[in-house]
Amino acid sequence: MRVLCFTLLIASVLLSSACSGIQPWVRPYERDRLADPIMAWDRDAISSAYLDHIRESREGSRGATGSAGGGCGCN
Amino acid sequence: MMQGMGHVRRGLGRLGLVVAIILMRTPSADVLPDSRADLFWSKYSGGGMNITGYSASARAKVTEDLALEYNEFIDKVSGASIDVLSQASQIKDTRKQKTGTIEFVHDKTTYTLSYINSVERDYRSNTTSFSLKQDMFGDLTTVSLGYANTTDAVGENNGTAFVPIIDWLGHASTKSYDIDLSQILTKNLIGGVNLNVVTDQGYLANPYRSVRYKDPSNAKGYSLGSQVYPDTRTSTAVQFEAKYYLPYRAAVTGSYRYFRDTWSIVGHTYELDYTHPISNILILEGRFRYYKQNHADFYNDLFDYAAEYRFEGRDQNLAAQDNTTLGLKVTYAWLPNGWRFFKRSTVTFDASRIQFKYLDFRNIKYYGLPQYQPGTEPLYSFDANVYQVFLSVFF
Repeated sequence: MRVLCFTLLIASVLLSSACSGIQPWVRPYERDRLADPIMAWDRDAISSAYLDHIRESREGSRGATGSAGGGCGCN
Repeated sequence: MMQGMGHVRRGLGRLGLVVAIILMRTPSADVLPDSRADLFWSKYSGGGMNITGYSASARAKVTEDLALEYNEFIDKVSGASIDVLSQASQIKDTRKQKTGTIEFVHDKTTYTLSYINSVERDYRSNTTSFSLKQDMFGDLTTVSLGYANTTDAVGENNGTAFVPIIDWLGHASTKSYDIDLSQILTKNLIGGVNLNVVTDQGYLANPYRSVRYKDPSNAKGYSLGSQVYPDTRTSTAVQFEAKYYLPYRAAVTGSYRYFRDTWSIVGHTYELDYTHPISNILILEGRFRYYKQNHADFYNDLFDYAAEYRFEGRDQNLAAQDNTTLGLKVTYAWLPNGWRFFKRSTVTFDASRIQFKYLDFRNIKYYGLPQYQPGTEPLYSFDANVYQVFLSVFF
């Protein structure tokens, strides 16, 4: 819980300072490679959620990978 | 043929240009992704289980700053895992999950509200979630905050697969908190950190799994009893990931996730992905994942006697284990130039093979063989194959 509170604090500071004058070190016109669809974190959310659900039904770990959907997967 | 390929390349080239222009709009508002519809089929087989899944989803941008999404997922389960085989009849069940999502963009902030309803004969689950995503620092940084609240009703089928008799055992509530950070580091490199904290309260055990304890009065040398779990659990997971655009057109992604919870489970997940487009109409993706965990503090494969401890579990999820996944994904772009109001379409095939190995969970379906005394049975392991095929159209 302490980790969560600390991270929330950091996130709040970041959010509240979003309008400050930090200049981007990677200019918008330099982001053509990052705009390539192969650089997307998750191209197919349904597929990722399905694989996460399979794993979370069989492993003790969970979370920090996106939504895994609901249900039990008990049997 | 060559002319057709040229259309394909030009179509994808235009798409890339549009995406690039969207990302280059530094001072303007955030943009919702394209509308899309997906048809999805999946097959899981392993450990005595066969699960076939079907899904249909549609996402539509109602206006430039509002999108609605609906997804329906059906899992058909047949067979039974090692736990069920050791004590009960086989399972035949269906899980239906419906998800509705509203996304709204205002300036550089995206708000998402979602509701998930999942129904099985012996399990009901409802989740409401809210998240907001904020771009900042010249769009180099994206921060997301998320909250989800889930309430579950847990039951047990004491009838048969065809004539179920459901006993409802209790409820569980789960609250999940997410903080995600995505950061452009260089022209070729993106980094990300995801933190997730989950708290559970209520009936957290799996009613289909049992503890076993030594019992000389039983011919097998052991007997089975009910699991007793703590009624609270809090877990923390943090994942670090990086995605790098290689000197040629391909991307490699690496991630590590650390997990720990109040049941003393500590898990480590390592994943490496390689994405390689071919001729602009195919995208190949190879995937390797390794996972390991130790057992929960109240887990034991064989207790010395009945009710030895206050909390006892023998669920294979709680056992010390590791698993390795190799996966391959192929995405083929068809109708790349669109058709009528479709902008483009893709079909994807995804195959994974997962090897599960348990380090202190024994395969008790060998009971009755005289060479295995309780606690000396072979450790359980199994391989699973997971297949997915889905069709996506963007409009």
